[in-house]
Amino acid sequence: MNAVAQTLQPAPVTRSGEAVRVVAYLLAGLYFGIVLIKGEVADWFRIQEMFRLQAFHMYGVIGSAIAVAMIGIWLLRRFEARAGNGQRVAVKLRPADKGQLYGGLLFGFGWALTGACPGPLFAEVGAGYSIVVVAIAACFAGTWLYAKLQGRLPH
Amino acid sequence: MNIIDLLQSPWPWWVTGPLIGMVVPVLLLIGNRTFGISSTFRHVWAATAPCGLAYFTYDWRAESWNLVFVAGIALGGYVAMAWLTPAGAVTHMSGAFAGELARAGIDPHQKILPRELFSWHGLATLPTLAVTVLGGLLVGFGARYAGGCTGGHSIAGIASFQRASLVATLAFMAGGFIVANALVPLLLEHVR
Repeated sequence: MNAVAQTLQPAPVTRSGEAVRVVAYLLAGLYFGIVLIKGEVADWFRIQEMFRLQAFHMYGVIGSAIAVAMIGIWLLRRFEARAGNGQRVAVKLRPADKGQLYGGLLFGFGWALTGACPGPLFAEVGAGYSIVVVAIAACFAGTWLYAKLQGRLPH
Repeated sequence: MNIIDLLQSPWPWWVTGPLIGMVVPVLLLIGNRTFGISSTFRHVWAATAPCGLAYFTYDWRAESWNLVFVAGIALGGYVAMAWLTPAGAVTHMSGAFAGELARAGIDPHQKILPRELFSWHGLATLPTLAVTVLGGLLVGFGARYAGGCTGGHSIAGIASFQRASLVATLAFMAGGFIVANALVPLLLEHVR
């Protein structure tokens, strides 16, 4: 297994390969957007129910999503999979600091208000709820504010 | 029940969750990309108006896949609603919440968003401003401060056993519990 993996050369990154990947990312997004709407994840009512402990739905969704992602990552590592661009598959590590606590709390406040995290916001606009562009514009404003204040925030 | 009926009815959690989890290995296989959405907000600023801010000064082109992915999500929302959802479909919520909404004058037989809260003409009212502008500001600011949102931290991060992602997710949930139980009921009282 290891010997085979070591003799494999990374596939050269070509222009056509890059174009195929762009289409693949678009299709992956399309798929994800459909699931968000059909699974009622992009749904203000469902998010309120979750935080009020009035329905199991969202807990089931998040829990099983984590479990399947975990198995997927494990399998990719186990078989030393290479991505379409030839790289050895590796999950990006996120820096650990106080931001997860403070930023996380603020994000939670917003999540309960909008009833949607960033992915569902985009799905809702696509689904025809045009008012959600206001929330997305506010997300951009919030991001700018963070960029402006980053140096003065506890991290 | 034929396949069209199955696709058109809402999908249960045990179908939805695994289908979402699949996105993580799929993105890794396509181009070694780690699932996440909220960094898109940063990339768009970096690409269009970095404003001389250090946080927006980096090679955004290397991360442009995220923009394509997000465009796909919006497209998926359209496809799901236009082709896979029957007219008049509503969210089947718990009786307790439906009753509370009805008492606040909000129709509990709607889909995705309550129009009494989320409307263009409501933008001059406090409840609508809170769920759109204030909510969006907090989501954008908080996600970037935390280094990721529910996608990057709660799903991809926890699935790869990152402690920081677990902390972030617990904070997301704590913040959500506080606002959904203390502030949202007040907003509901002031709808209309």
